[in-house]
Amino acid sequence: MRKIVLIALVLMSGVLFAARLFYLQIYDASPDSLTRNSAIKVMYDYPQRGYMFDRNDKLLVSNQPSYDVMVIPKDVKPLDTLEFCGLLKITKEDFKEILRKARVYSPRLPSVVLPQLNKADYASLSEKMYKYEGFYIQRRSLREYQVDHSANVMGYIAEVNNAIIEKNPYYQMGELIGTAGVEKEYEEVLRGVKGVKYIQKDRFNRDIGPYKDGIYDTLPERGLDVQLTIDATLQKYGQELMIHKRGGIVAIEPQTGEILALITAPSYDPSLLVGRNRSKNFTKLWYDTIAKPLYDRVLMGEYPPGSPFKALTALVGLHEHAIEANDVIGCSGGFHFGRRVLRCHHSGPVSMVAGIAKSCNTYFCTVYKRMMDTYPTPQEGIEAWRKDLMSFGLGDFLGYDLPSGKRGNIPTASYYNKIHKFPEHKWSSLATISNAIGQGEVLLTPIQMANFTAAIANRGYYYTPHIIKNIIGPDTIPQKFKVKNHTTVEPEYFEPVVEGMFQVYEQGTAAYIKVPGIEVCGKTGTAENYTKIDGKRVQLTDHSIFVAFAPKDDPKIAIAVFVENGYWGSRWAGRIAGLMIEKYLKGEITRTDMEKFVLEGSLEDEYAKPYSGQPFSINR
Amino acid sequence: MTSGKTYVRFDWLIIFIYIALVAMGWINIYSASLSDAAKGYFDFTQIYGKQMIWIGLSIILIIFVLAIESKFYERFASVIYIVSLISLIGLFVFGRTIAGTTAWYDFGGFSIQPSEFAKAATALALSKYVSDIQTNMQDLKNQIGALIILALPVILIIMQPDPGSVLIYAAFVFPLYREGLHGVYLLLALFAIVLFVSTLAFGTIWVALAVLIIAGVIYFKNRRKKPNIIKYILVAIASIAFAFSVSYIFNNVFKQHHRDRFNILLGKEVDARGIGYNTHQSEIAISNGSWLGKGWTQGTQTKGNFVPEQHTDYIFSTVGEEWGFLGSMVVILLFVGLIMRIIYRAEKQKNQFGRVYGYSVAAILFFHFFVNIGMVTGIFPTVGIPLPFFSYGGSALWGFTILLFIFVKLDGANYHYA
Repeated sequence: MRKIVLIALVLMSGVLFAARLFYLQIYDASPDSLTRNSAIKVMYDYPQRGYMFDRNDKLLVSNQPSYDVMVIPKDVKPLDTLEFCGLLKITKEDFKEILRKARVYSPRLPSVVLPQLNKADYASLSEKMYKYEGFYIQRRSLREYQVDHSANVMGYIAEVNNAIIEKNPYYQMGELIGTAGVEKEYEEVLRGVKGVKYIQKDRFNRDIGPYKDGIYDTLPERGLDVQLTIDATLQKYGQELMIHKRGGIVAIEPQTGEILALITAPSYDPSLLVGRNRSKNFTKLWYDTIAKPLYDRVLMGEYPPGSPFKALTALVGLHEHAIEANDVIGCSGGFHFGRRVLRCHHSGPVSMVAGIAKSCNTYFCTVYKRMMDTYPTPQEGIEAWRKDLMSFGLGDFLGYDLPSGKRGNIPTASYYNKIHKFPEHKWSSLATISNAIGQGEVLLTPIQMANFTAAIANRGYYYTPHIIKNIIGPDTIPQKFKVKNHTTVEPEYFEPVVEGMFQVYEQGTAAYIKVPGIEVCGKTGTAENYTKIDGKRVQLTDHSIFVAFAPKDDPKIAIAVFVENGYWGSRWAGRIAGLMIEKYLKGEITRTDMEKFVLEGSLEDEYAKPYSGQPFSINR
Repeated sequence: MTSGKTYVRFDWLIIFIYIALVAMGWINIYSASLSDAAKGYFDFTQIYGKQMIWIGLSIILIIFVLAIESKFYERFASVIYIVSLISLIGLFVFGRTIAGTTAWYDFGGFSIQPSEFAKAATALALSKYVSDIQTNMQDLKNQIGALIILALPVILIIMQPDPGSVLIYAAFVFPLYREGLHGVYLLLALFAIVLFVSTLAFGTIWVALAVLIIAGVIYFKNRRKKPNIIKYILVAIASIAFAFSVSYIFNNVFKQHHRDRFNILLGKEVDARGIGYNTHQSEIAISNGSWLGKGWTQGTQTKGNFVPEQHTDYIFSTVGEEWGFLGSMVVILLFVGLIMRIIYRAEKQKNQFGRVYGYSVAAILFFHFFVNIGMVTGIFPTVGIPLPFFSYGGSALWGFTILLFIFVKLDGANYHYA
């Protein structure tokens, strides 16, 4: 026993250390990743971010150099503070506070003293920097916007947050990432690939040369430029037309699905989100919860589509053999069902063409009811109707290449079963009759409206709308944008609807805003809408809606315009649509009276009403 | 000694392991201390160059130690011990203070740390005392005598203060136990360590409470055997008093950097950039090694000088990073092998003096090995003691060399060929 104790302890300690070493070196050894090694500094070489061009090769976004004054507190030597503050254009107190914070953060790591100097300040400062030990200037690349519109399309870049870093190991703290719009959608294309340099450090964080003579280092790859489908001229013009209005414009080239214009109003100058005032400006935009300039109404706004939806009711009715184009339906100023009546501002017998041209509620309610009644149950009717509508890209995400969007709503049979408490209570097709005229439960985003208009212009198919025209370099775009999506409605049924939309301008609701020299097909819309004030449901002035395409037989542009609380369809939306079409097809405006009306008109009074706290009247 | 001619044959296995450890030590010191200013392997301005000088001088020391008649060490053990004590006392007059510890004599350019030599001297004195025909380790009077031999250098070293070196003197409990000291003392030492650590970890009040509860439970369980309640109360009071004195010493005798070192061990300080930095960096370095290591002079933590004291107390982290699990295991096995061999040879000694001394050497080397590797791998607290033969430093290398080779000499005299 006495001889064994020490021997046993020696052997046990040997086993203990073997186990501990195994644990440290083999079992628990974090993957030998260079980035986690505290002795290796990883330096990134950031490539230029890709530029953006419009469809006509006009430059939209490029990059600008920006200069940050940095400090490593422990290297700072006594300096002429007054002169240095003068050069930096800050007060001595601010300077001391900045230095104090930097020292608290880390005496050995660099902190920003003054971010984003402009070129002039940089020039005067850089000559004298040698005098100030511990300070240096770091070059960064920032976005430089060549235009003051299209902020919603291009999006913006921002510093990555922790959630992104956890999901995507490419990004490190403080790096930038596209956070909205094209910047986000095509982030990997635009950003390129950063280069990496591994540098061996000592414990004071001083560089002592490249790690293993740089065998792991990589060179940066420049980001690719992209060409967008938007037309900068049209985009700018649309933005101007929408001043003092809320809503948006979407224009699509029907033959390709390319988005010609994507305008939301109000918007903001993209340059606001670059440079020294970025966070101040961003906060201001973010907290404007009334006008919501950061909210993309054309992609995110779900609105009742109103009368333009009647064109779809007509198409589905024809496809489901509920009606023929020549069938005439009498209108006595309203559609009567049970003891209720859905009023119509028009009266007299109409066929499909006139029904569309005059936007006759009675006609479309009848078509809708007949179509539902071709099915044994209203549930089957709704489902068939829904299937047809979804083939126009409604009720679901469209699949376009922008990172925000909404499905809209095309109600299902089970939805109606639920609200009507089926099967205890039965419901008939009449319970859903508002759908016929684009009210009721149906909700569309403006881009969905533009898309179904494009499908009508194409007489039965559409290309998924997209914003990318070309990725320069590989010279390609995703395959899914080159595939025709066919609607369930047969091409021959489109002619009477197209003719009806043409007659809207010839004799119908938009006759007075006709664009000379262009055969435009359109459809007005006036959608009732409500808000809540102090918990009470209050009706607001109707939304002004218009969809159109032109020219009639060789469509080059399909457009949807949405003006919140703009009253009737042709008043604002119709005029704007006409001006946009003329601008795009002719390049100049002949209806200057219309242009003047729109440019000078304002709906700010209308928007102020619900917030005024006063009783107000609508639709006047 | 028997009549006839005596041939001296040394235990070459011990010598071989010694050479291997010293050589590997130098290789790692080279890597840990390499800087841009270095000019070749023989640059004596560099740490590794100086270590080469220490190693060279060790060879002379070894020849010297082996040349001396083996009886000399037994006969002059007391003198050597007294000289050693004087050298420790002299520190308070002539000593040089580094980092709050007065442990060095400065000889213009290099310094000597007498406490490194005091271990060998104490081992000799203790061996002589225990091997005396009149000494019986079961006798309380002799136990006190042995305790005094150990206590004198311990007190002098505590006053420096150098708690790491003091710890090593606990190693002498093993040769004493081997020579008949009651096993209770080993258990007592273990119990004291448990009390010591738990006092620091949980606080005096909780330890006192735990002692009372445990004593109560044991008493209650044994109540049918009619235990003597006085004994229980005495043990409990002694334990609590010990806990309080530990707490008092910790707070009043220890310096802040000692307290910090214990606090890290006990998980009270988790700040990786703060005081736990040494251990944290050392663990990172070792983890970097994986199976085969990063290769000589290729360790990134080593190159960046992240591990403080890496060429001295933390030299093993360089082994871990640059030679990996396999290299580390070679070092571990060499130490285990060396210590086992010394114990084996100690048991073979014909006289008690050689056996006690051999055990002392084995126990001292074991304690250094155990505490140092335990510290570097983050199992134990940071106690600044070197890894024998490996760590940079002339005094330590010489101290261990003398300690070991006196045993080699004593052992050699035991190979008899008629």
